[in-house]
Amino acid sequence: IFKLLGDAGYLGISKPVEYGGMGLDISFEAVAAEAYSYIASGGVAMGIGIQCDIATPALTKYGSEDLKEMYLRPTISGDVVACLGVSEVGGGSDVAALRTSARRDGDEWVINGGKMWTTNGAQADWMCLLANSSEGPVHRNKSLFIVPMTTPGVTVHRVIEKMGMHASDTTETTFEDVRIPANHLIGEEGKGFLYQMQQFQNERISIGAGVIAAMDQCLELTIEYTSQRQAFGRSILDNQYVHYKLAELQTELECTRALYHKCIDDYLAGEDITPIATMLKLKSSRLVRQVTDECLQFWGGMGYTDDDPISRMF
Amino acid sequence: KQWYQRSVRKAVVSTQSTGVGCKRVIDYAVKIRVRPDALGVVTDGVKHSMNPFDENAIEEAVRMKQKKLVKEIVVASCGPTQSQETIRTALAMGADRGIHVEVPKGTEESLQPLAVAKIFAKLVEKEKPDVVILGKQAIDDDSNQTTQLLAGILNWPQGTMASVVEHSDGKLKITREVDGGLEDISVNLPAVISADLRLNEPRYATLPNIMKAKKKKIEKMSPEDLGVDVSPRIKVLKVVDPPVREAGDKVPDVATLMSKLKEKGHI
Repeated sequence: IFKLLGDAGYLGISKPVEYGGMGLDISFEAVAAEAYSYIASGGVAMGIGIQCDIATPALTKYGSEDLKEMYLRPTISGDVVACLGVSEVGGGSDVAALRTSARRDGDEWVINGGKMWTTNGAQADWMCLLANSSEGPVHRNKSLFIVPMTTPGVTVHRVIEKMGMHASDTTETTFEDVRIPANHLIGEEGKGFLYQMQQFQNERISIGAGVIAAMDQCLELTIEYTSQRQAFGRSILDNQYVHYKLAELQTELECTRALYHKCIDDYLAGEDITPIATMLKLKSSRLVRQVTDECLQFWGGMGYTDDDPISRMF
Repeated sequence: KQWYQRSVRKAVVSTQSTGVGCKRVIDYAVKIRVRPDALGVVTDGVKHSMNPFDENAIEEAVRMKQKKLVKEIVVASCGPTQSQETIRTALAMGADRGIHVEVPKGTEESLQPLAVAKIFAKLVEKEKPDVVILGKQAIDDDSNQTTQLLAGILNWPQGTMASVVEHSDGKLKITREVDGGLEDISVNLPAVISADLRLNEPRYATLPNIMKAKKKKIEKMSPEDLGVDVSPRIKVLKVVDPPVREAGDKVPDVATLMSKLKEKGHI
C-alpha cells in the first residue's frame, strides 16, 4: 500500500518538491487524512498517517539535506516505511520523563533504552527517535534522531495485541548500544523536545481530520439504519429521543469541524496553533467515543454483532 | 562507420483527436433508494462518481495517446454543474481538455440517450475527432443506446461492447462481447466505440495529475447553444423496488426438484 500510494504521489503531499513531494500546504494533507478514514480498516489509515504526518514533519523541517536525501525521499516514494519512537513504558503522555539516552562517542551516537506503542514498528525501515542527549533541564536536553531499524542492537520485542486497529502493527522496541552516525541527528542537539512538540501539531490535525470524517460516516450510517429499522410500529428514528440525540451529536460534530477548519486556517496564516490543535485533539477524540457509543446503542442488538460496521467503529 | 537513417514507421492510424464521453452517476457502491414520489431514486446528498464504463473509455483513449495514435483527447459530459467534477477526473486520468454541456439542476434525469447522442453529434461536428469512445452503458439507466444512436446520426461505423481494440492499416479491429460469445469486427475510421469492463484496467488519478488537471480547460455550453432539443421522448410512469426475495425451498433429490419446478410453473 505504501508503494501504491507513493507512486500515485500521496505520501508527500506537503513535502518539498525537491525530494519528490507535491509541495502543497497542510490543508491538502488534512483532506487526504479525511479520505483515509473512509477505509474500512482504521489500522491502515493509522499506518499511512505515521508515514505522512507523524514521523516525517521534523525531518522535513529540520533535517539536513543529506539526511532528507537518504530518508525522506524514499519515504515519500513509498520505498521505505517510517515510524515514530517517543512514548516509552515509563512515560507516554509525560514526554519529558522519557529515559532513552543518546551518548556522543566520536562520530557516532550510542543509543540505549526502549520505546513503546510504536505504530508501524514491525515493518518500519527507520524510526524518528526522541532521546536524552545531554544533561540539563528536561525540555532542553533531548534530540531527535533517525535510527535505521536494522542497526545492530535494535530489537523489536513484540507486536502488541490491541482492542482494535488490528491491521496496524504496534510494537515495543529496545535499544542496546545502538550506534548511529553523528549526521543522523535531526537539526540541533537539545532541540528535540521542541521539534517533537511541533511534530505533534501535524499529528493532531491529521488525527482530528480523520476522526471528524469517521464521525460523519458513523452518524450517516446510524441515521440511515434508524430511519429504516422498524419497532413498535414506527422507525427508530421516529422516536423523539433518538432524533434529538442524533441532532445534538451532529451539532457537536459541526462545532468540532469548525475548530478543525480554524486550526488549518491559523496554521496557513502562520500562527501558533498549539492551543487550538490541542483542543482539536481533545475534543475530537472525546466526541468520537461519545458518538460511536451513542450510535451503537441505536443499532440495538445488531450493534453488537460483526454484521454491521458500527461495532467496528466503536 | 555509416549511419543509416532509419525511417520510423509511423502509426498508420493518423488520428488527430479522440472524443470521449463520460457521465456523472450515483456511485456503484451506494445503496439505492426509491424516492417517496416513486418517480425516481434519491440523488440528494448521495455520493456520485464517474460511470465505471466511462472510466474504461477514458483509459482506452489515454493508452491510445500514449501509443501516439491520437494527439489530443477531448472529454465531454452532459449534466448539471457537478458534472464538472467528473470531467476533472477524466482530465486527471489524462484527457487534455473538457467540454461541459450544462443542463439545469434537476433536469439531468430527463436527459435521455437520444438527446445526449444529438448533443455529442453536434460536438463531433465542432471538434472533428476520428474516434469517439463512450462507456457501453450508464449504470443508472442501463440504456446501452447512446453509442448506437450517435453512430446512426453520424452515419459512422460502430463497435459496441468492445473488450479489445486494435489498430491496423487505418482501421480498428474490435472484439465485441456479445450474448453468444466474442465477435471480431473491423471498422473504418471515423468510428464510434463503446467500452466494456474488460477493455482495460483504468488507472488511478495520481495526485500530481489531479493538480495538473485543475489548470486544464473546460469549455461550457448549453444544449440550446448547440441547437439541440433535449426534451424527453419517454415518460417515466413509476419507479419501484424489485420484489423482496422470497425464502427458498430445500428438496431431497432431483426428481422432487423437477416436480416442484413444474408445480410452480417455472418449467
